[in-house]
Amino acid sequence: MLTLRLYMLQRITALVMAPLVLLHLGVMIYAIQGGLSAEEILGRTQGSALWFAIYATFTLSIAIHGAIGLRAIAAEWGGFRGYGLEALMWVTGAFLLGLGLRAVWAVTYGAAP
Amino acid sequence: MTARDAINRAHPLWVAFIVHRLSGLALALFLPLHFWILSLAMTDPARLDGLLGFTERGIVKTAEFGLVFLLAIHMFGGLRLMAPEFLPWRAPHKTLAAAAAAVSFLLACLFLMRAL
Amino acid sequence: MPVKTHQVTIVRSSDAATEFEVPAHDNQTVLDVVSWIQQYADPTLSYRFACRVGMCGSCAMTVNGVPRWTCRTHISKVLQDGAVEIGPLRNLPVVKDLTVDMDPFFDKWIAAEGVHHESRTRHDDIAPIDASDPARVEASAGIECINCAVCYAACDTVTANDSYLGPAALQRGWTLLNDAKDAGHDAILEAVSGTGGCHNCHSMGSCTALCPNELDPMSAIAGLKRETAKSFFKRRR
Repeated sequence: MLTLRLYMLQRITALVMAPLVLLHLGVMIYAIQGGLSAEEILGRTQGSALWFAIYATFTLSIAIHGAIGLRAIAAEWGGFRGYGLEALMWVTGAFLLGLGLRAVWAVTYGAAP
Repeated sequence: MTARDAINRAHPLWVAFIVHRLSGLALALFLPLHFWILSLAMTDPARLDGLLGFTERGIVKTAEFGLVFLLAIHMFGGLRLMAPEFLPWRAPHKTLAAAAAAVSFLLACLFLMRAL
Repeated sequence: MPVKTHQVTIVRSSDAATEFEVPAHDNQTVLDVVSWIQQYADPTLSYRFACRVGMCGSCAMTVNGVPRWTCRTHISKVLQDGAVEIGPLRNLPVVKDLTVDMDPFFDKWIAAEGVHHESRTRHDDIAPIDASDPARVEASAGIECINCAVCYAACDTVTANDSYLGPAALQRGWTLLNDAKDAGHDAILEAVSGTGGCHNCHSMGSCTALCPNELDPMSAIAGLKRETAKSFFKRRR
């Protein structure tokens, strides 16, 4: 159920995410020491255009990559075809993008100072 | 029927495929929760701190170890998949798949050690 | 002295007997076992074979869950506690008993442009072939395919996605793409880029693991992905 265009989007977003995942893993391994707190996380990210740009890019890639991946699973294991499959992909992508960008906004510019 | 299917798929690359698929599915299911919790920084900071407090519990730490492993194995497994697709060589697939699993496990262990 | 026998289960489409006791012989193949059943136990058993030496590609069946050439598989290699289960190939419609309808397999072979695209006429010289040319090496790697459909039956992506062209057809596309005598380059890339094309492959590698000719369809499909990706960027420019 994957065409060349979806395949390329899947691979390109994967390549975009590879360094971001390494960064994210690094931040996690660094930040987990001594426990997590909202203050610590927000202290790192709040008001930072760089973190916003990085995680917004990450989120956009996740939404595309996740939606295409779930499309393949829905088609092969769930028997979805045609419009149902297209709708599932778009709704999943929009859902992940919306929730994700909301979270990125929350930890950078959204939270009360 | 099930016995025949099991034999059919008993080779390393099929295992690598199912690990990639299931880790991707698990990550996709976890992400909405992850995003929602982070959004609490905006809507309900006190609740966010409360939830982050849960990460101190042993069982939650084990779950986090799993998540870090899923993320790492999905990434390294994906890079392994793409290598022979974009590079013109006949890849040593099994070795690469094993290496991806090993590196992911080490990273997840490092995470767990720092968390404890 | 009692005759040594094998317990053979045949997965059948009809209500006819499915359990047989077949006399054991030295150097007996799975095809010998199936033939013995048809000749001495149940003449209604349907199966397909021709050459008996691994050249024609018509005798593939599912033996203890693994698609194999029955003519080149010794029964001693597959017996489990003296028993074996033999069924038709997976992923293809069953005609009767062990005989499957190969039409979908060959239709997809054609759909992947697995046909000759002429580059010269009879009045031209034959294209010179350099056996060490990298493209020729890729083409030569896949030419021994005899259309037995073992890879097609082994592939879970074929099972899950009925439009997927499958390993054999895509490998033939890749072979022709690299063949200096074939002019189908663009047609092949177009044919393998649709909804059933090479991009559905998840590299699970059952095709390569089980090909009786030890071919590598998975890497051939990876080659198609690479070439289609290149054409994707070219077209954008």
